[in-house]
Amino acid sequence: MSLLEVRGLSRSFGGLKAVDGVSFEAEANRITAVIGPNGAGKTTLFNLIAGSLKPDSGKVAFDGADITGLKPFLVARRGISRTFQAVKLSGGMTVLENVMIGRHGRSRSGFLSGMLGAPWTWAEERSIKAEAMKAIELLGISACAREKTGGLPFGIQRSVELARALASEPKLLLLDEPASGLNNRETRELAELIRRIRDTGIAVLVVEHDMSLVMDISDEVVVLDFGKKIARGTPREVQRDEAVIEIYLGREDGAGASDA
Amino acid sequence: MDASLFIQYFISGLTYGSIYAAVAIGFNIIYNATGIINFAQGEFAMLGGMIASVLAPSMPLVLAIAIAVMATAAVGVAVERLVLRRIARFGVLKMIIATVGLSIVLREAALLLWGESVRTVPFFTGNEVSSVTMLGAHFSPQVFWIVLSIGLVTAGLTLFFKLTMTGKAMRACSANREGASLCGISPGAMVAVAFGMSAAIGALGGCVVAPLTQTHYALGSSLAIKGFTVAAFGGLGNSLAAVAAGMLLGMLESFSIVVVPEAYKDVVTIAVLLAVLVAKPTGLFGSRAAGALKAY
Amino acid sequence: MKRFIPAISVLALAFMLPPLLTALKSAHYMTQLTMSAYYALASLGLCALMGYAGQINMGQAGFFAIGGYASAFISKLELSATAGSGPAKALDALGLLSKGLDSYGNSYLSPSPWLSCIAAVLLAVGVSALIGTPVLRLRGHYLAMATLAFGIVIEKVVRGTTALGGADGLSSVPAFAVLPGLEITGGRAARAANFTVSWVVLAAGLLLLANLVASRSGRALRALHDGEEAADAMGVDTARVKLKVFILGAAFAAVAGVLLTHYNGSIGPGEANFMKSVRYVAIVAVGGMANIAGTLIAALLLNFLSLRGVFGSLDDAVFGLILITVMLIGPSGRAAVSRLRAALSPKAAPSAAAPSPRSAAPSPRAAAPSPGAAAGVAARDAARKGGAS
Repeated sequence: MSLLEVRGLSRSFGGLKAVDGVSFEAEANRITAVIGPNGAGKTTLFNLIAGSLKPDSGKVAFDGADITGLKPFLVARRGISRTFQAVKLSGGMTVLENVMIGRHGRSRSGFLSGMLGAPWTWAEERSIKAEAMKAIELLGISACAREKTGGLPFGIQRSVELARALASEPKLLLLDEPASGLNNRETRELAELIRRIRDTGIAVLVVEHDMSLVMDISDEVVVLDFGKKIARGTPREVQRDEAVIEIYLGREDGAGASDA
Repeated sequence: MDASLFIQYFISGLTYGSIYAAVAIGFNIIYNATGIINFAQGEFAMLGGMIASVLAPSMPLVLAIAIAVMATAAVGVAVERLVLRRIARFGVLKMIIATVGLSIVLREAALLLWGESVRTVPFFTGNEVSSVTMLGAHFSPQVFWIVLSIGLVTAGLTLFFKLTMTGKAMRACSANREGASLCGISPGAMVAVAFGMSAAIGALGGCVVAPLTQTHYALGSSLAIKGFTVAAFGGLGNSLAAVAAGMLLGMLESFSIVVVPEAYKDVVTIAVLLAVLVAKPTGLFGSRAAGALKAY
Repeated sequence: MKRFIPAISVLALAFMLPPLLTALKSAHYMTQLTMSAYYALASLGLCALMGYAGQINMGQAGFFAIGGYASAFISKLELSATAGSGPAKALDALGLLSKGLDSYGNSYLSPSPWLSCIAAVLLAVGVSALIGTPVLRLRGHYLAMATLAFGIVIEKVVRGTTALGGADGLSSVPAFAVLPGLEITGGRAARAANFTVSWVVLAAGLLLLANLVASRSGRALRALHDGEEAADAMGVDTARVKLKVFILGAAFAAVAGVLLTHYNGSIGPGEANFMKSVRYVAIVAVGGMANIAGTLIAALLLNFLSLRGVFGSLDDAVFGLILITVMLIGPSGRAAVSRLRAALSPKAAPSAAAPSPRSAAPSPRAAAPSPGAAAGVAARDAARKGGAS
């Protein structure tokens, strides 16, 4: 059984079917990419999986359990972490503090013990810090660990968000357009990083527009168009799929489609 | 309860319901134009009554009221231009806090200018002892004026928003600000008009009701709460519903004396507000908000 | 460590100020400073909610009043009639009953202020949990109105209930013996001791808040403030966190209410008044929302001035004006301050390149940066940083 199973997931906004009966699986130790033209429903799909949107119908199963419609924080605590298209960090907190938030679901000290500064919280705080630093080092941003994220360059903020997601020790990592805004060199580094993440056993689900990145790192590619899944397979297979070519390049007679 | 007592409570409910409705309509107009709740709305009603009561001894009542309404409208526009416009980009919450501050300043200014005594405006027809009898109940002829005013305001607003250019422009702004400005409508001007109108309507309500309820510098805050309750009750932004809700709330408050001690009368309203906010924030008529009723 | 500075300073002043003021022949200031400390406690509770969780509570005075009134009422209960009963004996054994002779020479038996204090705070916590759960689901103006409505209900209830003293409130509230020989009460003899007690309590509150902000919950709070969606995605139960901060704020206000009531020996409906709630909010706003030290200073200063009558009859107007002014200069003022700080600091921060307003001011419709612009920005930074990532 797959780590993540999406079955017949659908969601409409008003009259528009953003996601229409999408089904696919994602496995541990694999990178699955979700691609499609703008408006194909990719981010909506992510939101449905992560719980910030409730599906109209369909099912999401994770690690053997049905998580359809669960609140986002509960989904997160089960081992699904995500990054966002527009970086969502706490500008007033340092890089380290932001990444430490990633450990929130894996720690327990509550309000009362926090206020009292109780001794039994000290060990947990140390461990949270250590785990956060590990993620920060993996992303190579240790140099600015103590700086406030608000003033950092965009690329670094992206890395902080990724470190934060990794710090939560996810089983499934949802990356929403991680390469947007990065230059070629940074994208190559990102590709290497994602591969390393996959090799630690995490399942990676990526939404991306950058085709070279997608073709480079993906073990499997799912193609969406107008909310429907129209193709699925290895990067090679999908590249040659006629339906996919049509939506990206348009039909012979010049009926254009939106560009990636 | 016999018929005359019933009528008495009914009339009282109508009276207070009208002023709540007037304040609520003001809330709605500004809400539709800006998306914020103008806490100082109650103060507009207070100002209307106060100014009219100050001017009334020295001029025809009609003139005093006209001046009061226009002066309050001017205050409304001034407040928007000078203060609120600058805070607008900082977010809804800051705007609310600012209007709270504003309501306090207006209230204290009224206290400073006119003292803390209760003032009154002359009755439009007759005086405080004249009464009309209906089904055994006696009530003041002022009640007719109150109902008439609210009716005229509601009708006038409906026509304004449906038929006049400015009215349509305001509706366009509230539906889609950017789109409206692309059509050459100035959202800033529309907001100023919204504030002016809300202030004027609030002031008129204050003037009309003042002979019966008296006016007092601290009147504003409780009016604001009740006006907001009514607006929320009917569905924020929906002024026709606000009139209905206003009457309903007025009645509720009035008849609550039967079951609840007088001192707790206001608690009834607030309890309604809390219940509405918690159970159905979109109000009684909220689900139809998308329809034509969201005229203003 | 610098987060403990407010707590330590206040603690130091708690002991140092009385002799200092006495020497300066200004001992009479201690009374207002004592009261200011208790009011500051209420504002600090609000600071956690408004500044860190980003929620508003326009009814904080309601919780203050619940604390004060409950403690006053309970500690004045005459229990002589039930003196022989089981519960009464049990409470007595625990030392939770006060007995003695009142000014008429009659013996009395009442719950001790410790009991009434605990009961009052528990009541406030319970009420805040009860109304917080549904109300905190509301946003912006609905939340403001709901909490405002709550505050008004409390005021109307205490004003309209004869058992609570009606418009006159409750008086002859007994002194609160916190330690053997140390009582919270009015009167010149106890003035210095009470000042110290109030400032020690304030320091304790500051300590709790400082700990909270640095803790795991504090991080969750700050993350929540900066973006609920991201906090949710990281496993933060945002609804529960908001509720907990709300309750925390209510607890602080209730404690302040209890102690001030026993200090003054009385409490009236005015303490629940909407204007009081406005003051608590204004003080947090002036202090800088998420700024504990700022709120502390603003609270002590403004309350002291107000209590000394410096604002005269314009007292309320001053707070109204403060609200408007702070909102007017708000973020732009603070942004100006931080720009100034950045310009003056020795190492030029790369913030000039990155668009910081995106993270500094969370807008509900945060636009995604256009890849082109961001790529250009990132490229420039990468070049400048020499490729180190």
